Amino acid sequence: MSGILVSWQYRDVFLWGVANTLSLVLGCLVLSVPLGILGAIMLTEAPAPLRRLFAELVDLLRCVPFLLLAYVVYYGLPELGLRLDPWWAGLVSLTLYNTAYLVEIFRAAFLGIARDNIEAAQAFGLSRSLLYRRIILPQVAITAAPVIGNQVITTIRDSALLMIITVQELTFAANFVSANAFAPFAPFAAAVGLYLLMSLAIEAGVRRMERMRRVRYG
Amino acid sequence: MTWPAIRTILDGALVTAALSAISILLSLPMGLLLALLRWRRIPVIEGLLAAFVTIVRATPFVTLVLFVYFVMPAIGLELDPVPAAILALTANTAAFSSEIWRAALQAFPRDQREAAIAFGMTDTKVFTRIVFPQIWRASLGPLVSEVTILLKCTPAVAVIGVVEITRAASRVGAETYEPLPPFLLATLIYTVLIAVLVRSQRVIERRLARRMGLTPL
Repeated sequence: MSGILVSWQYRDVFLWGVANTLSLVLGCLVLSVPLGILGAIMLTEAPAPLRRLFAELVDLLRCVPFLLLAYVVYYGLPELGLRLDPWWAGLVSLTLYNTAYLVEIFRAAFLGIARDNIEAAQAFGLSRSLLYRRIILPQVAITAAPVIGNQVITTIRDSALLMIITVQELTFAANFVSANAFAPFAPFAAAVGLYLLMSLAIEAGVRRMERMRRVRYG
Repeated sequence: MTWPAIRTILDGALVTAALSAISILLSLPMGLLLALLRWRRIPVIEGLLAAFVTIVRATPFVTLVLFVYFVMPAIGLELDPVPAAILALTANTAAFSSEIWRAALQAFPRDQREAAIAFGMTDTKVFTRIVFPQIWRASLGPLVSEVTILLKCTPAVAVIGVVEITRAASRVGAETYEPLPPFLLATLIYTVLIAVLVRSQRVIERRLARRMGLTPL
């Protein structure tokens, strides 16, 4: 019981942790969704040798454990003369990592679009950029929504690893409270509960998109 | 980097490999067991297992590791870092793989089971002779990719002091005041290990597709 009270006393720390986790995930999405779309367009449009190189690069990035990428970014950027504080280093590594997965997700969604849609658009003389803006991307946004939702949950899970490079996100907060208050259970249970809330919220969002798709496309 | 430093990291690689191997051997059958229990739809247990899977799937792996290591002693289960790491890895992968097994079980044709029961097979026999030989093939691809994810999770156990690749690399970095080279070497080792697994997944899927006429999931 006392553990719960202690956690409540430290609620500011938890809120700060949630704020950092959410701001990292949102920042990462704002950056990596456009980058992922660009990458997927490149993977479908670029000439063959460039495409193969890019595909290998994306595959390679998906083989690196996120924590190691975060370490390499955190310790590597200063070597290149760019000194970032932990939050920014975290954002850079989270974005880099997430983009690799989003490129694959968007590419798969591009491939899933019915060919006749594209051919019809071309027959109507739509320019390439109009084809993407009006025909491909709106469909992709809706068909890829569940997979992107899963990816967002993965991003939230990955962001917890950033505690190791001292980003003060939710797991960092739980660890801090448990070490300072000598109460192991409640702080971690609170963190798990907050993570659960976040992922339930995302699943609810995905379900709404799903309903929208059923209304629009049957 | 000096040779002893590289040796430290390679020793860490052995620990990572051993941790992953043990966790895989424990978690895949456990995932199957969870899926089978949920398949049976036993009222209270079904709800409990669903809650367990939902919570583990929403919890970041580091948080799970810290939870196991710091909270288990409070309920009287004092664990050293290595067993705690194995427990966390196993719980995580069991939860995720149970969903894979469950999907395969749900897709399993009902009529086959009914036919087997009509032939007077016992439940155990239906499972060992009819169900299992088919579902493991259908689940192999997704399970291998789950194993890849497990390997990618292992660096997180460094937080509770297990000296695997990542911990060894940060130790070397702390001693030499040059953290970047050991972390680059560590990244390289992981990437090679995981790339091998990913490639083998592709090969396995293609072989199965050719032999059984199954489409890779």
